[in-house]
Amino acid sequence: MNYKMLFRLSGRVLLLEAAFMLLPLIMSVIYHEPHSAVAFAQSILITLAVGFLFSSLLSKGAKPGFYAREGLVVTGICWIVMSAFGAIPFVLNGDIPSYIDAYFEMSSGFTTTGASIIPNVETMTHGTLFWRSFSNWIGGMGVLVFLLAITKGAGKENGFTLHILRAESPGPSVGKIVPKMKQTATILYLMYIVITVLNIFFLFIGGMPLFDSVCHAFSTAGTGGFGVKADSFASYSPYIQVVTTIFMLLFGVNFSIYYIIILKKIKDVFHDEEIRLYFFVVLASGLLIGYNIRPMFSTVSETLRASFFQVASMITTTGFATADYDAWPVFSKTLILLLMMIGACAGSTGGGMKCARVLILVKSLVINIRKNLHPRTVQVLKINDRVVSDDVITNTHAYFAAYVIIVAALTLLLSLDGFSIETNLSSALCTFNNIGPGLGSVGPTCNFAEYSDLSKILLSFAMITGRLEIFPILSLLSRRTWKKT
Amino acid sequence: MKIIIAGYGKLGSTLVRQLSGEGYDLTVIESDPDKLEESIEVYDVMGIEGNCASMTALREAKVEEADLLIAMTGQDEINLLSCMTAHHMNPKISTVTRIKNPEYSGQITSMQGAFALSMAVNPDFQAAKEISRLIRYPGFLKRDTFAKSNAEIVELKVKRESVLNGLSLFKINQTLKCQVLVCAVLRGGKAMIPSGDFVLNENDRIFVTGSNDNLNILLKNLNIITHRAATVLIAGGSRIGYYLAQILLKHGIAVQIVESKPKRCKELAALLPDAVIVEGDASDQKVLDREGIGNCDAFVALTGIDETNVLMSIYADHMHVPQTITKLGRAENLRILEDLPVGSTISPKDLVTNIIVRYIRAKKSKVGAALTMHLIADGMVEAEEFRVTQETRHCGEKLKDIRLKKNVLLAGITRRGNNEIPSGESVFLEGDTLIIISGEDHVIEQINDIFAD
Repeated sequence: MNYKMLFRLSGRVLLLEAAFMLLPLIMSVIYHEPHSAVAFAQSILITLAVGFLFSSLLSKGAKPGFYAREGLVVTGICWIVMSAFGAIPFVLNGDIPSYIDAYFEMSSGFTTTGASIIPNVETMTHGTLFWRSFSNWIGGMGVLVFLLAITKGAGKENGFTLHILRAESPGPSVGKIVPKMKQTATILYLMYIVITVLNIFFLFIGGMPLFDSVCHAFSTAGTGGFGVKADSFASYSPYIQVVTTIFMLLFGVNFSIYYIIILKKIKDVFHDEEIRLYFFVVLASGLLIGYNIRPMFSTVSETLRASFFQVASMITTTGFATADYDAWPVFSKTLILLLMMIGACAGSTGGGMKCARVLILVKSLVINIRKNLHPRTVQVLKINDRVVSDDVITNTHAYFAAYVIIVAALTLLLSLDGFSIETNLSSALCTFNNIGPGLGSVGPTCNFAEYSDLSKILLSFAMITGRLEIFPILSLLSRRTWKKT
Repeated sequence: MKIIIAGYGKLGSTLVRQLSGEGYDLTVIESDPDKLEESIEVYDVMGIEGNCASMTALREAKVEEADLLIAMTGQDEINLLSCMTAHHMNPKISTVTRIKNPEYSGQITSMQGAFALSMAVNPDFQAAKEISRLIRYPGFLKRDTFAKSNAEIVELKVKRESVLNGLSLFKINQTLKCQVLVCAVLRGGKAMIPSGDFVLNENDRIFVTGSNDNLNILLKNLNIITHRAATVLIAGGSRIGYYLAQILLKHGIAVQIVESKPKRCKELAALLPDAVIVEGDASDQKVLDREGIGNCDAFVALTGIDETNVLMSIYADHMHVPQTITKLGRAENLRILEDLPVGSTISPKDLVTNIIVRYIRAKKSKVGAALTMHLIADGMVEAEEFRVTQETRHCGEKLKDIRLKKNVLLAGITRRGNNEIPSGESVFLEGDTLIIISGEDHVIEQINDIFAD
């Protein structure tokens, strides 16, 4: 294990986080919240000091030698540390007095979950609200990817950055879109920024105040789901709900698709199997839920608006709500639970299992069934006319196994707090898949404040584990990771 | 510049290592997924799995936007087809390929247009040329010339009993009565560009520049005996062996080749009527004894297996052969070989990398590119030759007033054919040629890159 490189990178991430905290500090100043401004200023100083200690003092003479193991560990550690420091301002400005609650809120922010322990967000300071939404935005594309975009990429043997991209970006097989990592990261972030700005624009011309537009666009972009209103999107105009539905779906698409569109190869986009599956699932479940909940609404357009908003919010794992879907019929609620698991496309800002993995799992299942019938047939798994390598398939199977075990274990541990099975299972699913609100006592009108401290810590780690797609965090727990050789 | 490298074998990987450090946009096409994975995990490059001669793979590698295709697979035919296909898809692309088969290399020059080749390199021929130069001008482990400067850069190993052992650099010229400059030292696998108070140790490999005459004086005063080889024993009748024998015979040097395969022996005997071809296993010491290894002037180990080559060279040194030359396919082994008496080492892939890197740099900066470029000290240090032009800054200023970048050294000024080792009082003027030494932390593409300001 290359400890010095580990310190250097996590130190740099903290320096970057301190820089990010300047924005909520500015917001606090603009909205005349001196108490909050001081809290952010103090947090910046603390984060800077530790970041400096890590990145220059503790990592002096760091040697190269950065492999897959280091990539996983660095990513896991960075996310845990980042949430720990991001939580400090909430405690200092008094919005969330308990540090464990603040840690839950912050990991929920960075992992783009959007699960909250705050009973009524409208009582929060602007600094806090902005920092929550901004953390959604940062966590969406990934902070280490941002680091790759801004640090200079010269020098030989720089391929290790691929390990970081792979560990932080979601999807079964992550690759670069242009030869250089720095450029890949820059292109990804540029597209991210452009679509976010478009989102702010469309919300703003729909009559949403600028502060709310910015916060909501940030949360939508990261598919996080931290809002600034107690009732999420329910009281906003139909126009704003439709705009948000569309943008949620857009941020759930693989970002390399946008790069292909920029390169004017639109034809390739329609042939992409994952995109097809994604939109098919959205359309089908939107219509099915719409049919199911039709009696609850007065007009057809209102029904479809509600069903598609909820479907988009669940499959992209954003977690906004325009209706209390906990009160919907069981069929709709079950579909919503399934959408949570499927999740968005690989390479997007969304969470969940990812459409690409579902595609691989289903296809390998079909192949397996055929193999049982004709044991000697040789078949390959193809996606987009490309053979998927055995490594990727095995990895996807392992991912699925880990996914099931973690959800089961989490539900079991949460049940110690005494809530209903529906509540516990949906809590486990919606934190692990980075959605936010679940069903029952953690439904869209409720929050996670009721859980015990132990459960909150568990859920915080569940969120980070889910965002980083299990292996970076699991590798931290393996004894072999920390062995000398 | 966008470069596609087709084939990630020995040559391909060496090129990727060198070029990715220089900041080009590299895309690797390789059909073996494991090798491809290795390339993208170690270097910042894009990897495409597939056949580099197919349009699908080339399109995926964005050949339409690429400036250069370097075809380095193990097969000449695929390389040529890859270049032709790429040129068909993007007529503006430049193509460089490696040609191994001697039957083709002759016809390549006349068919360069038909194959759409910008340059073809033959690693085996380059290696043979290099070895023949070492044999014809013995004394140093390596010897590189510059195009315009009347100077050379040579490599020496500091032996225990040598006067160099324990000598500090500023005393060299006084002690050995010649004008030379030690511009790089390789110690324990690390290359450094030394200052005047640097003290040499046993087993250091040093790189020295100076004019031809001064280097000869250096040899003489170091008591290194140099007499031209009359008979050369070559172990291994590979392609390099064939080319080498051809060159040596042309210069009137007697050649004896030991080759184990009877069929290859016959081929060689037909191709080289003046050489003595012996069938036998060169790794067997008895065979070497029988062929008179103790009496030859130079021994060249050219079999396909590095380990065998090293063992044979050690044996040759043991038998007091004045000059031994060892071919290494994998230069990565160089570091552990440092303390072994294997004589000069030659690595064909490094020679090819030199040539291609020089070609790319010249293509990139059409004006002011290096006239000559050598990678020395296991590729960790570059020696380049530049011409001073109107655009060159600090013309006519004294060197002591000019600040150069760290790890950059001005090692020679040639004016009207006279090479001078620069001092603080020296100046360079328009029309001079300069020899610049630089560490691997920066790339000197044109002369103005050397200045710190």
